[in-house]
Amino acid sequence: MTNAKVFQISRFLKTIEVELVNIRESPAEIQNFFKKSDEKKRSRFLKKILGDKNLGDIVFERLTLLFAVLVFLLVLFMAWEMYSNSELSINKFGWKFLITTTWDPYAENFSALPMIFGTIVSSLLALIIAVPLGLSVAIFLAELAPAWLEKPLSFLTELLAAIPSVVYGLWGIFVLVPWLRDVVEPFLQNQFPNSPFFQGAPYGYDMLAGGVILSIMVLPIISSISRDVLKSVPDPLREAAYGLGATKWEVTKTVFTNARSGILGAIILGFGRAVGETMAVVMVIGSRPQITASILKPASTIAGALANEFSEASSDLYLSALIELALILFVITIIINIFARLLVWGTERRWK
Amino acid sequence: MESVLEIQERQKNLSVVPAAVQSSLSNNFVPVSDNHKIVARDINAYFGKVQALRNVSLSIPENSVVAIIGPSGCGKSTFLRSINRMHEIIPGSRITGSLTLDRKDIYQMDAVMVRKRIGMVFQKPNPFPTMSIFDNVAAGLKMNGMRKKARLKEVVEKSLRQAALWDEVKDSLSKSGISLSGGQQQRLCIARTLAVSPEVILMDEPASALDPISTSKIEELIYELKKQYTIVIVTHNMQQAARVSDFTAFFYLGSLIEYDETKTMFTSPRLKRTEDYITGRFG
Ligand SMILES: Nc1ncnc2c1ncn2[C@@H]1O[C@H](COP(=O)(O)OP(=O)(O)O)[C@@H](O)[C@H]1O
Ligand SMILES: [Mg+2]
Repeated sequence: MTNAKVFQISRFLKTIEVELVNIRESPAEIQNFFKKSDEKKRSRFLKKILGDKNLGDIVFERLTLLFAVLVFLLVLFMAWEMYSNSELSINKFGWKFLITTTWDPYAENFSALPMIFGTIVSSLLALIIAVPLGLSVAIFLAELAPAWLEKPLSFLTELLAAIPSVVYGLWGIFVLVPWLRDVVEPFLQNQFPNSPFFQGAPYGYDMLAGGVILSIMVLPIISSISRDVLKSVPDPLREAAYGLGATKWEVTKTVFTNARSGILGAIILGFGRAVGETMAVVMVIGSRPQITASILKPASTIAGALANEFSEASSDLYLSALIELALILFVITIIINIFARLLVWGTERRWK
Repeated sequence: MESVLEIQERQKNLSVVPAAVQSSLSNNFVPVSDNHKIVARDINAYFGKVQALRNVSLSIPENSVVAIIGPSGCGKSTFLRSINRMHEIIPGSRITGSLTLDRKDIYQMDAVMVRKRIGMVFQKPNPFPTMSIFDNVAAGLKMNGMRKKARLKEVVEKSLRQAALWDEVKDSLSKSGISLSGGQQQRLCIARTLAVSPEVILMDEPASALDPISTSKIEELIYELKKQYTIVIVTHNMQQAARVSDFTAFFYLGSLIEYDETKTMFTSPRLKRTEDYITGRFG
């Protein structure tokens, strides 16, 4: 430690000491307040400000409230910051930013639509794959698996969620993309030669690859939340069905029907995750902002575009357009998440 | 708790035991007979290592009401649930012994079939919360593959009438089942069970969560239903057992202690322990 620092610290301690002395020698009122003789007054005063709680509780309560409010303010501040930084683009393009179809940095002509399209379509593709799989896993874990199998299997599916997305991306590049290019995409084109969804040379880095990678990433969310929702359905309901002579399959159907809004919530949360996912998708989706029907063509997502292009943003307008893109992503994910949370809470609370 | 005398008084006004049953039982009651609808022999039931039933043998005559009484945790529910094979859906559960329905081994039949022939009403009313009143009653039939609208309507109305609920809900059949009061929900559950046309109905403390008026409605209902069905009812309430049942079985610590005509049981039980329980000295 340098001398200067030691000096600084000791000066800081000194100020604290001075403050403490000041408090001790504060005006008479306060001194009186702490005097034994005024005990009644004091307790009445304390009661007035504290109610029936003790001081520690009050401090703790206020402190946690403060942090909660701070987090909320931080979110608002971020939104406002993004808004004010994208004003250039907002003023120039207005609503056109959301409805025209080109994103061309050279012509300084920006529209978010190709990225919104890429984000939504790749996320929907992910759901098409992950929903049947994830729900099967959830039903198996909640309704069918014996206890000794349920724990390790739940752990394994949740482990999928803990893998960093860049690892998924690498796996995508080395395993998924070649497999899609050499096996899956030629197969799809053979089976459906006239389908508009499978046109173009199979290249591997495309919308389909993005969707598949995302499906693996949202699978644990969908399966673990759905499992919790299914498990929150109380046993008397299962027994009611069994008692009427329902088969295992019919009982499961009954439970599922009763949990459906929570399961919808789980799916939407998965969708929210897919919409915001960046790294893994960027690595396999081909990064070309275009709107095509074919899922065998490269595409781009909002998050992907932000990650790719921020370092290249050469003009103020370009930068501002990117920030507006971020604002759109921010709003979309917040809306999706609030909606999904409400659904999940709604079902879980119904049984309490 | 009422005194024995009061219960005796009540007994005088009690429903008449069916003549057929009375003649066969008035003096020498046979607790296990192959002629009865359901016969249980040497039932031992377990939850993992915990044994909930010990060598229980008793049989249930057709078209009668059998009450099962005993302190909490003595195995009443477990016995009831072993009759329609609901015991086995609990992980780790096990059962030994023999149980027959019309002389056929229940544990050799298809469990789903057994539960259609032996319906169950639970302690807490448990209608399907996402279904309307109509769909709740029709649920069992639909599971059996019944799709004809007219037939469904017919059965739903008949079942609701049998459960003495029709007049209260006939104008709101499409309302949710859980919009009803507790007592109505329980009668809805009874209607739902009746709709599958079971031969036996098991009731596990069906009125314990209900107010006195709803309770007496359920009791009247049981009295009506006994003409067509064989009923086994678990109850905590001595007076209820005395009011509704023809026979009473007293369980204690997983064993069947005494089983007799309800009249005999409540007026001159053979065992001291039964008397103590009935008069409220323990339990
Ligand atoms: N699901 C269960 N798991 C483990 N033990 C149980 C379970 N249900 C009941 N038991 C035990 O079995 C015994 C009998 O329970 P039960 O038949 O429910 O009693 P009752 O209905 O007479 O109150 C009790 O000792 C209880 O603790
Ligand atoms: Mg019980």
